[in-house]
Formats: sequence, structure tokens, C-alpha cells
Amino acid sequence: MQDVAIKAAETAPPSTSPNLVEARGLSRVFDVSKPWLNRVIEREPQKFLKAVTDVSFTIRRRETLALVGESGSGKSTVAKMVVGLLQPSAGQVKIDGQDMWGGADLTTLRRRIQMIFQDPYASLNPRWRVDHIIADPIRAFGLARDRDEIEHRVGELLTLVGLDPLDGRKYPHEFSGGQRQRICIARALSSKPEFLVCDVPTSALDVSVQAQILNLMRDLQDQFGLTYLFISHNLAVVRHMATRIGVMYLGRVIELAETEALFRAPQHPYTRMLLDAVPDLAMTGRPRKRVEGEIPNPIDPPPGCAFHPRCPLAFERCKIDVPVSHVGRDGRAVACHAVEAGKV
Amino acid sequence: MSVPVLSVRNLRVEFPTRRGTLVAVDDVSFDIAAGEVLGVVGESGAGKSMTGTAVIGLLEPPGRIAGGQVLLKGERIDNLPPEKMRRVRGKRIGMVFQDPLTSLNPLYRVGEQLIETIRTHTDASASEARAKAIGLLEAAGIQGASRRIDSYPHEFSGGMRQRVVIALALAAEPELIIADEPTTALDVSIQAQIIELLKRLCRERGAAIMLITHDMGVIAETADRVAVMYAGRIAEIGPVRDVVQRPQHPYTRGLMGSIPKLEAGGARLAQIRGSMPRLTAIPKGCAFNPRCELAVERCRQERPEPVHAGGSDVACWLAGAATAGKAPVEAMNSTPPVVTSDAKGGAA
Ligand SMILES: Nc1ncnc2c1ncn2[C@@H]1O[C@H](COP(=O)(O)OP(=O)(O)OP(=O)(O)O)[C@@H](O)[C@H]1O
Ligand SMILES: Nc1ncnc2c1ncn2[C@@H]1O[C@H](COP(=O)(O)OP(=O)(O)O)[C@@H](O)[C@H]1O
Ligand code: SF4
Ligand code: SF4
Ligand SMILES: [Mg+2]
Ligand SMILES: [Mg+2]
Repeated sequence: MQDVAIKAAETAPPSTSPNLVEARGLSRVFDVSKPWLNRVIEREPQKFLKAVTDVSFTIRRRETLALVGESGSGKSTVAKMVVGLLQPSAGQVKIDGQDMWGGADLTTLRRRIQMIFQDPYASLNPRWRVDHIIADPIRAFGLARDRDEIEHRVGELLTLVGLDPLDGRKYPHEFSGGQRQRICIARALSSKPEFLVCDVPTSALDVSVQAQILNLMRDLQDQFGLTYLFISHNLAVVRHMATRIGVMYLGRVIELAETEALFRAPQHPYTRMLLDAVPDLAMTGRPRKRVEGEIPNPIDPPPGCAFHPRCPLAFERCKIDVPVSHVGRDGRAVACHAVEAGKV
Repeated sequence: MSVPVLSVRNLRVEFPTRRGTLVAVDDVSFDIAAGEVLGVVGESGAGKSMTGTAVIGLLEPPGRIAGGQVLLKGERIDNLPPEKMRRVRGKRIGMVFQDPLTSLNPLYRVGEQLIETIRTHTDASASEARAKAIGLLEAAGIQGASRRIDSYPHEFSGGMRQRVVIALALAAEPELIIADEPTTALDVSIQAQIIELLKRLCRERGAAIMLITHDMGVIAETADRVAVMYAGRIAEIGPVRDVVQRPQHPYTRGLMGSIPKLEAGGARLAQIRGSMPRLTAIPKGCAFNPRCELAVERCRQERPEPVHAGGSDVACWLAGAATAGKAPVEAMNSTPPVVTSDAKGGAA
């Protein structure tokens, strides 16, 4: 079984498509109803939460696609569907042309895709030594011949992420937040993946540690030709890392564009609002629009465009029709009635 | 010049432990004037919260103030008996913490909590207090305040709860507000609203605000002056424009260089090598010396005291000399000499 995995990995046909990842119409619905009996007694209907609705994107080889959005916008849910941890309610994920949820050999695919999770502490088993944690994918995918080779490889990986090979003997609680993030990266790299999904909560890290992690991730990308799906709340971080950016709001990607284009000329009213809300470190005194309102409850989102209660450009149609994504000549996709009608 | 609302003089906070005494705050001094926001920044563990907690007299034993003074409008409050200090805290100092739920009682409607605070500290009647509570919630940006005043804390979103806490902190019309990471748990759009609110209230009501955060962006937006803390001490304190755009202390310059900037695109980030020392192992001399690229022998032996340099006070042997005088743009965009571009982050 293990031999087969290695062979499959080594002989995977080199694909000619420039896209490593294709997500088409991804949706995920969660059933958040109360237990059946309570519902019957309280006469409540079943409740569903649409965490992700109709999300499509492609990621070219060696590029970084970032998803940015506020808490609860569906970023982590997309990430889990893309790495194969969560089955979509609808839609398709193709990795190198293979349909992840439709017949692809998952064992082979999983070796080529790794994820770095939002909560590094929860994702590291506290009872395992760090070398054991990092070696786990190597063992699971049968990527080393013997213990010596595993040990050697773990030492290499620790060095690669800026830790000491001797750190392998310690346990996760003996490390700082930034160091634990490095351990997660080392483990993710141990199966020699091509595609890394990083749900890194850099907002929880000190800027000094964040800089170390972001620089490390860029170096590793250059060194190994990795493709990234990078998830963050922080627009400045995303600008620093991404080739292209998708902005999410209440489960949908409302604008997707090349990084420079997005920052130079944001189109969707929500993208503009997000950019406006970023604290102005350069202290240019740029005039800012006041941000209004709160993010709606995802169980009961507003009809039509979910952003309409907060949108300064909203008009009648926005309360009725859900805007669909239109792709412009520059490849930018925007889902907004006002943009479509040329009002922006 | 009038008396500052808050004066902290040579404050020292200690934690006696079995293995010796840990010094969490060491010789910290600063003032905050009425209507002024002092930002306090630094990496986690720098002693920001300990400083705030000591000012409001809420240090958890065995932690204690082991030296220095805290003065509110010129009167010492660090040596008040607990009962008196409790009244000062309720009436003259308001508090906002990162997690709004620590300040709100889940069992009471938010209105009840506001009204109780108002009535304890003013002689308002029940109906006056209710009207005032609604006014405060409105000032804190809660729409439909007259309806929502009878809701419980769990019925509000995180951003709304933080507004309620701010309303609560203002209820007794305090002279000083200590806000410890008030926006850290919030989304950017909500964070911007809360910052705006704090600024407005400070302006309109003339309160002094000590704003503790590790987010330089929030400081740049909000503060009039900034104190940068490192290993329990103030490394640099000065007007926000000077500290953010012309940082002088090598540590501040490293911090500024490591922040990805919206306007800077994808240039490589500066890194400070290593990490902050633990309280059990604070280096001799300048606490920053093992991480500082400019360190000289003197830095390893003698501790630098703050000296005037430009508009700021800087605790560095090189202050005013080698590190000063860079044009603001240059200081923001270039890699400061303190940082290393070693991809592996040194001993981090
Ligand atoms: N297992 C689940 N069961 C029910 N609801 C869920 C589940 N997982 C996620 N959700 C809901 O789906 C929505 C999207 O969640 P998701 O974790 O993808 O957001 P996110 O963009 O990653 O947010 P954050 O920035 O806070 O990490 C949220 O409303 C969340 O509460
Ligand atoms: N109860 C305690 N006993 C010993 N040390 C403590 C205690 N509480 C906090 N500290 C230490 O005091 C230092 C300053 O902490 P804190 O003020 O919370 O930092 P910050 O708010 O800047 O992140 C840290 O090194 C922390 O570990
Ligand atoms: S569709 Fe309408 S409400 Fe939605 S963002 Fe566009 S203008 Fe605003
Ligand atoms: S005193 Fe010395 S070690 Fe400390 S910051 Fe200044 S130059 Fe660096
Ligand atoms: Mg998430
Ligand atoms: Mg703190």
C-alpha cells in the first residue's frame, strides 16, 4: 500500500494546465437545527447555515491566492473543502485535473496537499514529541526507508524552518506561538507537498513573529516552487503575500482580482469599505468613509445582496436579486449590481 | 501647565516567586493629560497589561507595586486602602478589556448594569439614570438603544458588546480610561468603529486614555503620544508621528520595519532576530542588547536611562546620535540597520 503511494506520487503525469487548483461552484451548508424533539416541542423549523455559497476560483502553479474577509465569512470552510477535509454540499475541487470529491485517489492527492491550521496549538498533539509530529506524514505516506532516514529528514525540516534539530525532542507546550507555527510548517512540508493551504491567524502573533513567519513562507515558496492558498483577516498581510486576492463576505467571494489591481482600484463597495477600515500607518491623513453597521447573522442573511444593509450604493434591485460574479477584461470578477450597471 | 490626569513615576511591579523575584514593570514613568490618548505598544509579555493593572490597583497577589508612585490629578492612588481604591476605580477610572465578557455580568440586562453604575456614582434618580444609560449606549453607537437596553450581553455581537463596555466605562464620567487591547478581538470594520468612538469620546469629554495594544496601526490612528515597552521598561516615548515615522530606538525601528504596509507592496519584511527575554532571564545592561545589531560593549554592562532626543525620550546609549536623523520616508521603507534579513529568524 505504501509502495503504491510512493509510485503514484512519483509517476503522476506532469500536467500541462497552468492551474494547479480549480474550485467550481463550491457550497457548504451546515445543519444548525436544535435537536429534533426540541424543534417539535418549540415548533421551530430546521435551520441551515450557508457557510459558503457558489465559490469559484483557480490557482496557478507557484502563485499565491489569498482569501480575505472578516470573521465568519467562510474562509476556513473553503480551505477545508479544498484540502479534502470537508465534503462540499455542491461544487467541485480539482487538483491538477483530478476531481477530489469525484473518484480521485485521495491518498495520493493528500500527500501533495497540506494545510497549516488556524490554531497551531490545537493542531499539534500535546502528548507527542515534536520530532514524532513532524515525522507523522513521512510515516503515513511511506516516504522514508528506515528510522535513520526519518530522523535525518526531521532534522532537515527543523533547520529549514529556523529551529534546531534538537528541538525535536521537546513537546509543543515548550514553544512560543511563533515557534509552534514553525513546527506546523515543518510538518506540512514533510510530505513534500506542491500545494499548501495556510489558515494562519497572523493577527494573534506579534508583528515581529509575524514577519519571521511570512518571510519564511515566501522563502519556502521560492525554494520549492510551492503553490499557496493563503487565508487572513489582514489586508496588509495579504497584499504582502498574494498574487491574486479573493474578498469574501458572508460565504461568497464578492471580488477577485490581481493584488495590485485590487489595491489600486477596488471595485466592490465591501472591498472599498475594508480597505478604508485599515488603520493608516503611514499617517497620510487620508479621508475615510465611516464604516457602518455589523456583519449580519449568517443563519438569517439579508435577501438579495447580503451586503445591502451596509452598502452606501444599495438600490432597489440589491434587496431582491443576488448579484452574480461578472468577469471583466482584466480578469477581475466582481459580484455587485452597481458595478455591473456602471455606477462605480 | 495643568496637572496631568495620570502621572506614573518610576513604577516597579514585582512577582515574588520561590525561585526569586520577577520584575514585570521596571522604572516606568509617563504622564497623560486631559483629552490625550497615550498608546502603549510592545510585543506580548512586554509588561503593557501589568502597567495598566498596577495603575488601577488590580494586580493579582503575589504581584505588587514594589516602587514608584501613581498619581491621579496629582494625588497618590497607589497607597490607598482597597475600599477607597475601589471607589476611585468605579468613579474616576473606567476600564475596557479585550474580552468584553469580563466586564459584563451575563445574568443582568445591560441596562441594569449601566443604571446601577450611574446611580452608585451620581445622584441621578432611577428614571434619570435610565435616560442617561440610553444616551450612553447611543453615544457608543448602539442603534435602537431604548429597545436594546433591556437585552442581555449574550444577545449582542462581539463588536456591540465592546460598545456596551465602553458605555459602561463612561457611565460614571471618569477622568481616566484604561483600555487594554479593546479592538484586538474585533474585525477590522468593527475595530475602526470602536477606535473612532474612543477618539470622539476622549475629545468630547476630555478624558485621558491609556490605550494598550500590540497593533501599531491602531496606535497610529488613535494616539497622541506613544510609549514603546520592552522587557518591562519604556524603550521610547514621544509624539505618535515621531515614534511611528521616525522611530529612534533600535527596537522601535525593528518593530516598525516588520509590519507589512498597505502602501509598500511585497518588499521583504525586516526581522528582529531572536525573541523577547523571559522575566527570569532579562539580560544585563540594555535588555535589548542580545537582539540589537548596534549593541556595543557598554550596552552589555550598563543600563541606558531615557534621554531627550528630538521630541521623544529614548532609552538607548546611541539615542540622538547614530540612529536619529533619518528622513521619515526613509525610516519607514528602508531596512533599519538593527534588523537582520536572516530568513531563519535567528534563535526565534
Ligand atoms: N461545523 C460547523 N457547524 C456549523 N456552522 C459552522 C461550522 N463550521 C463553520 N460554521 C459557520 O460557517 C460560517 C463560516 O465559518 P468559517 O470558519 O469558514 O469562517 P472564517 O472566515 O474562517 O472565520 P474566521 O476569520 O473567524 O476564522 C460561520 O458562520 C461559522 O459559524
Ligand atoms: N501572575 C504572574 N506571575 C508571574 N509573572 C507574571 C504574572 N502575570 C504576568 N506575568 C509576567 O509579566 C510580564 C508582563 O506581562 P503583561 O503585562 O501581561 O504583558 P503584555 O500585556 O505586554 O503582553 C510577562 O512576562 C508575564 O509573563
Ligand atoms: S449589489 Fe447593491 S448592495 Fe450589494 S454591494 Fe453592490 S450596490 Fe451594494
Ligand atoms: S542601548 Fe545598546 S543594545 Fe540597547 S538599544 Fe541602544 S544600541 Fe541597542
Ligand atoms: Mg477561519
Ligand atoms: Mg496584555
